[in-house]
Amino acid sequence: MSSDQQFAVSIIVSNQSGALTRISSLFSQRNFNIDSFTCGVTNNPEVSRMTITATGDANKKEQLLKQISKLYDVKKVELMTPENTILRELLIAKVNATGESLQTILDAANVFRSKVVDMSPESVCIEMTGESSKLNAFLTYIAPYGILEYCRTGLVAVERGSKCLYVVD
Amino acid sequence: MERSGCQILIETLIEQGVTTIFGYPGGQVLNIYDELYKNNHRINHVLTAHEQGAAHAADGYSRASGKVGVCIATSGPGATNLITGLATANSDSIPMVAITGNVPMELIGSDSFQEVDTFGLSIPVTKHSFRVDNVENLAETVQEAFRLAKSGRPGPVLIDIPKNIQLDKTEYSPTGIAEKTPDPKPDTALLDQALEMIYESKRPIVYCGGGVINANCSEAATTLVEKTDAFMVCSMMGLTAMDNSHARYLGMSGMHGRFAATKAISECDLVIAAGVRFTDRATGNKKKFASNAKIIHLDIDSAEQGKNIDATLQIPGDLGFALNYITSKLEPQKHPQWEETVNSYKNKTKDYTAPNGCLLPWEVINAVNERATPETNIATDVGQHQMWVAQYYNFKNPRTFQTSGGLGTMGYGMGAAIGAAVATGNKTVLFTGDGSFGMNLNELATAVSQNLPLIIVILNNGVLGMIRQWQNLFFDNHFIASTLERKTDFVKLADAFGATGLRASNPEELNEALDKAFALSSPVVIDCLIPDEENVFPMVPPNGSFDNIILK
Repeated sequence: MSSDQQFAVSIIVSNQSGALTRISSLFSQRNFNIDSFTCGVTNNPEVSRMTITATGDANKKEQLLKQISKLYDVKKVELMTPENTILRELLIAKVNATGESLQTILDAANVFRSKVVDMSPESVCIEMTGESSKLNAFLTYIAPYGILEYCRTGLVAVERGSKCLYVVD
Repeated sequence: MERSGCQILIETLIEQGVTTIFGYPGGQVLNIYDELYKNNHRINHVLTAHEQGAAHAADGYSRASGKVGVCIATSGPGATNLITGLATANSDSIPMVAITGNVPMELIGSDSFQEVDTFGLSIPVTKHSFRVDNVENLAETVQEAFRLAKSGRPGPVLIDIPKNIQLDKTEYSPTGIAEKTPDPKPDTALLDQALEMIYESKRPIVYCGGGVINANCSEAATTLVEKTDAFMVCSMMGLTAMDNSHARYLGMSGMHGRFAATKAISECDLVIAAGVRFTDRATGNKKKFASNAKIIHLDIDSAEQGKNIDATLQIPGDLGFALNYITSKLEPQKHPQWEETVNSYKNKTKDYTAPNGCLLPWEVINAVNERATPETNIATDVGQHQMWVAQYYNFKNPRTFQTSGGLGTMGYGMGAAIGAAVATGNKTVLFTGDGSFGMNLNELATAVSQNLPLIIVILNNGVLGMIRQWQNLFFDNHFIASTLERKTDFVKLADAFGATGLRASNPEELNEALDKAFALSSPVVIDCLIPDEENVFPMVPPNGSFDNIILK
């Protein structure tokens, strides 16, 4: 038995009503654990691109790829290998920042190469992109100062180099 | 020429070769029914008693004929009533197209009368579903639905058509029948590896499932058995893959499989699996399933490979091509030792009760078998009677067995038998239990209105037999909710529906009743009174293996 691992899958789906529902429904049908799910438009108006991160062993991973690729609306599915993929996630964190802690948080934001996008007398909002591990590290660092709330987009993924996931003939 | 959505729908269905639709009218399909009225000389509509019956009928029609079965229902409850039928067909990979009307698009989402999210409901129980949102796409969608239903691994496809789309008009010109997408050819390098494995094998088994029936390659499967000098074992869905009287046919393996079939699987050194998906009921404990064997897994659906069992060699692609390729290259093999061993397992155990004056399930099945022809359709419901039919009935021709394998839908049988009888015009026998029959006996009305050559054999033991069997074996005889204590008189019931009702409580009465029933070409119900203590054996307990087989 291989152990559970997190993996990212990129999916090109036709822009049909219900395509998103059908894919998300597959996860409950097949008892797959979904970690994050992003979907957006692409340079081709006929298709959308999804990035799904999920956790499971090798068998689950293979089944997930096969079951997704069977769906009618799905044009392309690919497992994104970490070594050959640009993986990014966006975080917006609202942090408690009163007098003495403000400078520490701003320094941390700077070190993590993030942007301050909003400030109030009690709080500061920080926008950060990066791999999930970087976002996790930042959140861990600022946690003692009091995170009021944060929001993460889930991963988006693009393969390195000039090869594209989906090219219309 | 400009046509309305309804006209386009009916024209496109006729274009796809549809001659019969099973359905039930309602508010949001009345315009479609009006077109059926105008075209009743070109397309036949069978009114069922309930939409579930229509879905099962379309399914039975498809299993018996190999064509795409079609059913229609209105929005809301009409659509929800189809769901069990769709799920049944989806589990067994049966090509069907279901059409539902829906409220006009401007009302969708407003919780209007008889509105339900048909599209959303259909997702997990169909191969695909469409909601048509523009009449210009309607003809293309119907064509695509048919292509999809029959291509690759077949399955049910739903088309939801809001009322306004049915009324909208657009230009339409016929484009012809939607051809099945050619199945991908399997990799011949892998097939050559399969040949090598066959040459190395001393104790081969060919294990056939519903995929062999769907791909119409029973002959190739039989040839493979003969040239490999193997025996054939089947999943329930594959029981008609070979003439059951063939010396190399062992029948069903698994939870209620034949002793020889289950034993042969446990002892063989090679399983050539064709169109099976190794479900839990068929394999028992997967770690112990065919534990001495290498497995070659041939299937059109690569997602089945590695899903339930890790085969030694997985070969996705067209099953017919794979079987024909192997049989054409294969030098005939000889395994006299294996032949002798397996033959010694046949009839080794006496797993059924000896005649004792009571009417016994196997006697009923044999008596029907004696009177049937190779073309007779045999439909079942779900439960003990289904297992007995799977064990004892001697099938000759592919597609003559209609049963709910994957989903195990009690109440499936009446609709399916109606569909099979309509599709073939042949004598059809439904084996059912008093429990299963109770679920959808309303369709007796349909059988009568259609005057179908249908014999309904109720194996009436007054209990939910399979539930009782589990309570007997695994729950210390705690018979809760399995003793029916009903007072239904099935003979009077048949009479009330306008069918012929007969009763048999011993073998003599049964013979008399069956002679009468087979002479008639209208619906007959035979209430066969069998003892309630009869259990289905052999039985491999859930997650067990041949080591745990219960013989009596």
